[in-house]
Amino acid sequence: MSFLKLENLSKRYGDFTAVENLDLTVEKGEFVSLLGPSGCGKTTTLQMIAGFVEASAGRILLNGRDITNEKPNRRGLGIVFQSYALFPHMTVADNVKFGLEMRKVGAAESAERVKQALALVHLDKFGHRYPRELSGGQRQRVALARALVIQPPILLLDEPMSNLDAKLREEMQIELREIQRKVGTTTIMVTHDQSEALSMSDRVVVMEAGHAVQVGKPLETYENPVNAFVSQFVGKANLLPGTVEWVRDDTAGVRVGNHVLEVQGTALAVGEQTTLCIRPEKIECCTEAEEQLGGVVASSFFLGNQWLYRFETDCGDILVILKNNGQTSCQPGQRVSLRWPTSAMRAVEPAPESASLRSAHV
Amino acid sequence: MRSNGPIALLFHTLVVTFVLAPLVLVCLVAFTAQDTLSLPFAGGYGASLRWFKAVFEHPDFLQSFYNSLLLALMSATLSVCIALPAGLALGRYRFPGRDALNGLFLSPLIIPSLVLGVAFMRMFSVMGITGSFFWLVVAHTVVITPYVLRMVLSAVMGIDRSSEQAAQSLGAGPWTVFRRITLPAILPGLSGGWMLAFINSFDELTMSIFVTTPATVTLPVRMYMYATESIDPMMASVSALMILITGGAMLVLDRIYGLDRILIGERV
Amino acid sequence: MSDRAASSLKPKRSLPYLLTAPATLLFVTMVLVPLLLTALLALNSYDDSVGIKSTYDLHNYLAIFGDDYYLRIFWRTFWIAGLTTLICVIVGAPEAYVLSRMSRKWRAFFLIVILAPLLVSVVVRAFGWSMLLSADGLINHALQALGMAPVKMLYTSGAIVVALVHVMLPFMVIPVWTALQRLDPTVEHAALSLNASQATVLRRILLPQVAPGVLSGSLIVFGLSASAFAIPGLLGGRRLKMVATTVYDEFLGSLNWPLGASIAIVLLVANLIIMMTYNRILERRYSKTLG
Repeated sequence: MSFLKLENLSKRYGDFTAVENLDLTVEKGEFVSLLGPSGCGKTTTLQMIAGFVEASAGRILLNGRDITNEKPNRRGLGIVFQSYALFPHMTVADNVKFGLEMRKVGAAESAERVKQALALVHLDKFGHRYPRELSGGQRQRVALARALVIQPPILLLDEPMSNLDAKLREEMQIELREIQRKVGTTTIMVTHDQSEALSMSDRVVVMEAGHAVQVGKPLETYENPVNAFVSQFVGKANLLPGTVEWVRDDTAGVRVGNHVLEVQGTALAVGEQTTLCIRPEKIECCTEAEEQLGGVVASSFFLGNQWLYRFETDCGDILVILKNNGQTSCQPGQRVSLRWPTSAMRAVEPAPESASLRSAHV
Repeated sequence: MRSNGPIALLFHTLVVTFVLAPLVLVCLVAFTAQDTLSLPFAGGYGASLRWFKAVFEHPDFLQSFYNSLLLALMSATLSVCIALPAGLALGRYRFPGRDALNGLFLSPLIIPSLVLGVAFMRMFSVMGITGSFFWLVVAHTVVITPYVLRMVLSAVMGIDRSSEQAAQSLGAGPWTVFRRITLPAILPGLSGGWMLAFINSFDELTMSIFVTTPATVTLPVRMYMYATESIDPMMASVSALMILITGGAMLVLDRIYGLDRILIGERV
Repeated sequence: MSDRAASSLKPKRSLPYLLTAPATLLFVTMVLVPLLLTALLALNSYDDSVGIKSTYDLHNYLAIFGDDYYLRIFWRTFWIAGLTTLICVIVGAPEAYVLSRMSRKWRAFFLIVILAPLLVSVVVRAFGWSMLLSADGLINHALQALGMAPVKMLYTSGAIVVALVHVMLPFMVIPVWTALQRLDPTVEHAALSLNASQATVLRRILLPQVAPGVLSGSLIVFGLSASAFAIPGLLGGRRLKMVATTVYDEFLGSLNWPLGASIAIVLLVANLIIMMTYNRILERRYSKTLG
C-alpha cells in the first residue's frame, strides 16, 4: 500500500504545460528526490502536493485519502521552503511552536516537543534568538525543526540546500539524511543538483519538460540511464551516435566513425540508428596492445582528486576521468591508448528534438 | 488568496473617490458659466472659460503667478547647487560630524513649516530685510533642500564604485571621473530632485505666508488670502491652473525619474 | 598601481568639509539662527505702544499654559490630530494592503492616483473641500436635490478632520506599503502549511510585520496634522482655532510676536518629542526582528 500516490497529475497554464500526466508512488519512510533542470516541473509538482498550486488534472492520494482539492492549511504537511520562510518577528522557539499552536496543543506538551525538535537539529540553545541573528545554515535547521515538530505524514523540501555555500551543503546533506532516517518521515525533495539527489535519496525521479523521464534507485539511474538527457543530466556522459553493423545474441557492434564499438544487453537490429553512452570514469589508459580507441589529449583539467581529460579520437571528442593516483598526468598533444570494459557501454535513446542535446564537450 | 475580493474592491473604490473628489470637482467647477459655485452644464447653462479669463485679467494673481514661478525656478536651482556637493560628501566619505550635518540638512522635514515661517519672519525683521525677494528665495531653498538632498544621497549611494575605479585605472583624473562617470550616473536623481524641489516651492504655503510681503506674495498665499474672504469660481479656476502646472511637472518627473520612485522611494 | 596613483584615490581630509560648506552655511544661518532668535523672542514681552520689549522671562509660556483659551486650542489640536491619525490608520493601512494585492499594472496606477495629490498645493485641496462642504456647496446641492435638508459641514471640526485625512492619507499609505513590500510571501505560505487560517495569518503574521510601518505613518500624520495651517484656516473659520492658526493670529493679527513665538516653540518641541519617541521605539522593539 503506497503512502503517497500521484495519479496522472497535470498542471497547465494556458498553452503552457508545466506538468504532464505524472504518476508516482512513494512508500512510507522513503526519501524521494524530484530532480531536473529549471522549468522541468519539479517545483510545480511540489507546490501541487503542498496545495499552493491547483492541479489541472489528476489526483493526489495521501494514505488513501484524496487531498487534491484540499486547502493548503488543511493538509498538515511539513514544508521547508527554499528561502526558509521563517517568521521574522518571532523567536526561533515561537517559530517552531507555531504549528503546534494551530493544532491547539497544550503549553506543557508544546514546550517539550519544541525542545526535542530543536535538539534534533542541534539548536538547543537558540530558542530565544531571532531569525535575523542566525546564519543561513541555522535558519535552515529552524525551518526543518518547525516542519518536523508537527509530526507530518510527509516532509516536503524545496531546494533546501540552494542557499548554502558548498562546504556547508555537503555537511547538511549528511545531517538532513540522518535526521530523516531517525524520524522516519516520508520525504520528497526538489533539487537541480544531481549529486545531492543521488547521495540523499532512496529513489530519484528525473524530470524533464513536465514529464517523469526515469524513476529508480540512484545507482540504477546512474548506471542505466534511459535516454541521452538522463545520461547527461545525471553525471557526465560521452554520447556517440552510430549505426548497428552486426548483432550476435544480445551483443551488437555499432559503427561510430571508423570504429566498431561493442555494446551488450540490448535488443538492437542491424542497420538501426542508436546512441552509445559511456561514462568518463569507466574509461582508462592502457598499453598500445590493449587499445580499443586511440586519442590525442586536447585539454586537461585538474580537479584535485581527479583529472578530467578531453581526447580527440576517430569517434569524436571523448571525456575521460582518471583518478589522481600521484603518477604523472597526460600532457596536451600526447597520444594515449584508451580502453574500457564492454559492460560499461550502454545504448540509449537519442534525445527527442524538443529537449536540448548538449554535446559531450566540456 | 492573491487577488482582492469584492468588498476589498468596493472599499478601494470609495477611497479613490474620496481622494480624487475635491480635485476633480475643482477642475469641473472652473468651467462653470454661472456666477456662483456650480457644475458646468448644470441647470441649462453651458460651460465657459470666463473664470479662466478672469484670472488672467486679475493683476494680483498674474503677479503672484510670476512670483511663484520665478521663486520656484531660482530656489530649486540654488537648492541643487548646494545639495549636490553636500550629498556627495555625506554619501561617500566618513568624517567626524557627518551624522550631525546629515541631521541638520534634513531638519526642515521635522520642523513644522509654521515654526520655520515664524522664525524667518523674526530673523528678517531683526536684520531689516523683510520683503526682499532674494531672501525669500533663500528661505524656500532651505525648506526644499532636504528633498533634493535625499534624492542626491540615494543616487550617490547607488553608484557602482567599480565603474569609477575602472576609469581611474585607465588614467582619468578626479575631475574627469566626476564629470564623465559620476555626474551622468546621478543625473536622473539630480534632475528628479530639481523637479521635486520646484513643485514643493511652487506649492509652499504655510512658511511663505509669514515671509511674503505685498510685493512678493506667491500664488498659494494669494489664493489662501482670497479664499478666506470669498468662495467664487475664480478660485476654482486658479486651482485648476495650479493642478495643471503640477500635473505637467509630474509628467516631466515621471519621464526623467519615475513618479512611483519619487513618491514611494522605490520602483513599484 | 604606483604609489602616486594609490594616493590620488584617497580624498584630502578637508574635502568633505569643503563640499558641505555651502549647505552648512545656509542651514546654520537659516535654521539654527532663526530658531534661536525665535526662542529668545518667546521670552520677550509685548506692549501695544512700544512693541517688542527686550525683557526676558517665561511669562508668555505661563500665559499659554494658564489661560483656558489657549489650553482649549491645544486640546482641540491634539484630539483633531489624534482622530485624523486614527482614521488614517483605519483607511490607509487596509488600502495599502489592497493595493499590494493588485496586479502590477493596476497597482502602479492606483498608487500614483492616491499619492500624486501630495504634489498639489494644500491650498487647492483645502479649497476643494470648502467647496464641497459649504452651505451652498456641492454636497448640500446634492442633498437638496434628493429632498433632504442642507447640513452644516463647513466651519466644524468634522470638516477639518475630513480634509486633514484627505491630505494625510498618502503619509500613511507610503510607510505601510513599504513595509508590505518587504514581506517574504513564502512566510505566509509557511503559516498556512502549519494549519493557520487566513484570519490567523493576517493577525499573527502580517500585522506584526506591518506594525512598524503603521507606527511610522501614525507619527508623521500626527505631527503634520498638529501643525496644519491651511486646512483649519479655510475650513475652521474664525471660531475653530488650532495651534497654527493661533500663531498666525498672534503674529499678523494682534502683533504679539513674543506670545506667538512661545506657541510656535511649544509646537516645535512637541514635534521633536514625537520624532524621538518614534526612534526610541523603533530601535528597541524592532531592531532585533527587522534590523
